[in-house]
Amino acid sequence: MNFVGEENILEVSRVVMAFGGLMALSHLSFKVKRGMIKAVIGPNGAGKTTLFNIITGSFHPTEGSIIFKGLPLEHLKAHKIARRGISRTFQTVELFGNMTVLENVMLGCHTRVRTSFLASGFRLPIARQKEIQIQEKAMKILKFIGLADKFEDPAGSLPLGEQKILEIGRALASDPELICLDEPAAGLNETETYVASSLIRAINAKGITILLVEHDMKVIMNISDEIVVLNYGQKIAEGSPREIQNDARVIEAYLGGGT
Amino acid sequence: MDKITLAGQIFQYLITGITVGSIYAMVAVGFNIIYNVTEIINFAQGEFVMLGGLVMVFFYSVLKLPLIMAFPATVILVTLVGMLLDRLAIRPIRHPSVLTLIIATIAASILIKGAAMLIWGKDPYDLPAFSGRNPITVFGAVIQPQYFWVIGFLIIIVIALSFFFDRTIIGKAMIACADNPDAASLVGINVQQMILLSFALSAAIGSVAGITLTPIALMEYDRGAMLAVKGFGAAILGGLGSFPGAIVGGLIMGTIESFGAGLISSGYKDAFALIVLLIVLFFKPSGIFGSLEISRIKRF
Amino acid sequence: MLRIGKIPIAAFSLFIIAFPWIAHNIPPIENYIDLMIFAGIYCLMTIGLSLLMGYAGQISIGHAAFYGIGAYTSAILTVHYGLNPWLCMFFGMIMSAIIAVLVGAPSLKLRGHYLAMATLAFGIIVYIIFNEEASWTGGPDGMTGIPGLNLFGFAFDSVEKYYYLVWIFVFAAFIFTANLIQSSTGRALRAIHVSEPAAGAMGVDISAHKLLVFVYSAVLASLAGSLYAHYLNFINPATFDLFFSIKLLIMIALGGMYNIWGAIIGAGLITFLSYEWLHYFEEFEVIVYGAILLLVTIFLPNGLVGAPEIVKSWFRK
Repeated sequence: MNFVGEENILEVSRVVMAFGGLMALSHLSFKVKRGMIKAVIGPNGAGKTTLFNIITGSFHPTEGSIIFKGLPLEHLKAHKIARRGISRTFQTVELFGNMTVLENVMLGCHTRVRTSFLASGFRLPIARQKEIQIQEKAMKILKFIGLADKFEDPAGSLPLGEQKILEIGRALASDPELICLDEPAAGLNETETYVASSLIRAINAKGITILLVEHDMKVIMNISDEIVVLNYGQKIAEGSPREIQNDARVIEAYLGGGT
Repeated sequence: MDKITLAGQIFQYLITGITVGSIYAMVAVGFNIIYNVTEIINFAQGEFVMLGGLVMVFFYSVLKLPLIMAFPATVILVTLVGMLLDRLAIRPIRHPSVLTLIIATIAASILIKGAAMLIWGKDPYDLPAFSGRNPITVFGAVIQPQYFWVIGFLIIIVIALSFFFDRTIIGKAMIACADNPDAASLVGINVQQMILLSFALSAAIGSVAGITLTPIALMEYDRGAMLAVKGFGAAILGGLGSFPGAIVGGLIMGTIESFGAGLISSGYKDAFALIVLLIVLFFKPSGIFGSLEISRIKRF
Repeated sequence: MLRIGKIPIAAFSLFIIAFPWIAHNIPPIENYIDLMIFAGIYCLMTIGLSLLMGYAGQISIGHAAFYGIGAYTSAILTVHYGLNPWLCMFFGMIMSAIIAVLVGAPSLKLRGHYLAMATLAFGIIVYIIFNEEASWTGGPDGMTGIPGLNLFGFAFDSVEKYYYLVWIFVFAAFIFTANLIQSSTGRALRAIHVSEPAAGAMGVDISAHKLLVFVYSAVLASLAGSLYAHYLNFINPATFDLFFSIKLLIMIALGGMYNIWGAIIGAGLITFLSYEWLHYFEEFEVIVYGAILLLVTIFLPNGLVGAPEIVKSWFRK
């Protein structure tokens, strides 16, 4: 579909996540090549969001490791992982409702450009410069995702479809090399889903690797290069969309779940 | 006179510690009951203790009611205050967040304190001890009989509550609410009423603490805050939400305070319990009987 | 965009500059200049707290401790050692910053109620220390003989001069804080308030920011304490008790936590309530504060600053 490199940008290696007696993830391993769109699917409760939370640093795995660009990051805090080049969206949209559309994306730039406490307080020229830089970059992203005309609106006032797009835009602002999208099409109608998928393809075309959790099978089949299937915290299948479609175990576990 | 032996001194501090610790345990139990059902920390918990003492003074010393009548009358009145707290300060809040609820209970505690100041003024009040003030000598320590009343009431409360939560329907309903309010309301438990009940129970227990404490340590309008903080420390030390934890935490807290005041510095008496609280919060917030995972999952 | 308007700032500065002249020409309110000094001192604290509680969403019920640390550091160093008051003020701010880091670092990892209790305990411990270490602090009787302030021979020895001194500091703090709010730091704080997971995922170092704001508010409180000490030339521990920490809370809640103007309005109103209007009804002071806090929490969760919104929404219904 696009230029997929040989290098593995992300390697999930024998990851175990246990909450007390509950095994949310059980010796999960898979690789993601740079530049690909890889989907993670599975019935509800299969462990997909847990996986994302581990990759992005919300929790630390009980065992196993996550290797990104050759370096392990399973013990790092979320903000450090963001600075290494991983960004994400959330299953239930976690926009900053107390800020405008533009400000949300400007916050997304925090990883790469930010002003120090003193420089901000004294409004030094360097702080003013950086603020303009951040604003320009955020506007560029808003144009790219098609929300430029709503830049002053409170983020919470957007319809759900645009909120999800905005969240993706915010994730882009940190110049990530890998974006984890958690159910970007959840709750969207056909048109909105189409817009979201096109955006994801456009982002991927820029060379950004995408790891995607989704229930909408049409979207998955349309845009993924590879699919990993989870059930009860374990990997039950991995392969191209065609292979997965015809895999008996997947069909059994899932029975054509999603629409 | 007999010489005061070291053993006697130590025993003295120990008994004092257990007595004071019983008060902290009662406050801690009150915190836990409300916390378990609502996940709210009631900053006004200490005011129930204060009211217990002062209202008792009113019934017993002013109205001259006999002990047998004044005691329950006080408990009932303070229980009503506790219920009012739920109705007037907690229920009306439309968008409860951690910050808002904290501030609401702080507001309630100041209101109660302010009312107490208006009614009783700033002076400390005394109550006659239940069975006189002839000290008993045990192992070289000189002990006021009232101490045993305090410890005794703690034991009564522990037994009564165990029975209530294990054997009665209402008690079990409260536990159900604590575990899962949504499921509880689905099976027909009126969660609002359970919350009201939890405030009522906590207020009742707090008032018992105040009534039994006053003959030993007097009571004045502004004692509530310190009792609340120390009682909270006891609850945290034992593991927030844990019933045995509250008892153990309270007794340990009281003992540390007593020995600290006796052996190290009496001016810093109050600081010992606070320092224990900080140490627990900083190093093991789940306390003795609490579990780290449970404390992460709780909403607040 | 969150913009803190320049016009209201200009209007307010005009008011502050002109106020002493106004007060002198209306004899009944002549003592209000003295009150406005206290209002200003309180504003320094509420500005910092509003950043901490309103923007970053953290809670502190122990800030009286930092107020006291500033006051006592200034008092002890000037009275016992005769050091330059400005140096002592600065040193007090450093002390407060260090203590804020020591207390804040472990505390800010805690959530909601635990954080509130930790700050509460800390505040009370400091209060006990002020009362007990009499050889340094003079104990419950306090310390007298604290010198006034002067700069290169210009002495701030009248009420008007001290008034302007305090309000210059308030404006400096206000502008610094307003700048912060409108910068990437401010955005990060507002993000933390709404969604810590999202803020973290976007690269915001949450613990560092919380600590930063905590320290900043502690430093402002310390400055306020020093100014207080040099104004009254006398301090005692009773000023820095738990009830004062709660009063600060009331100021912020009344004015409006989520808005820096709320800090100013709340501080101003409670100062006047405290010293002027409730003066004759001292026994009612506590219960009135409790009632205000409760009513504001239930009916005006965004404080007085948020009142216009609420009124508007009534009309919409």
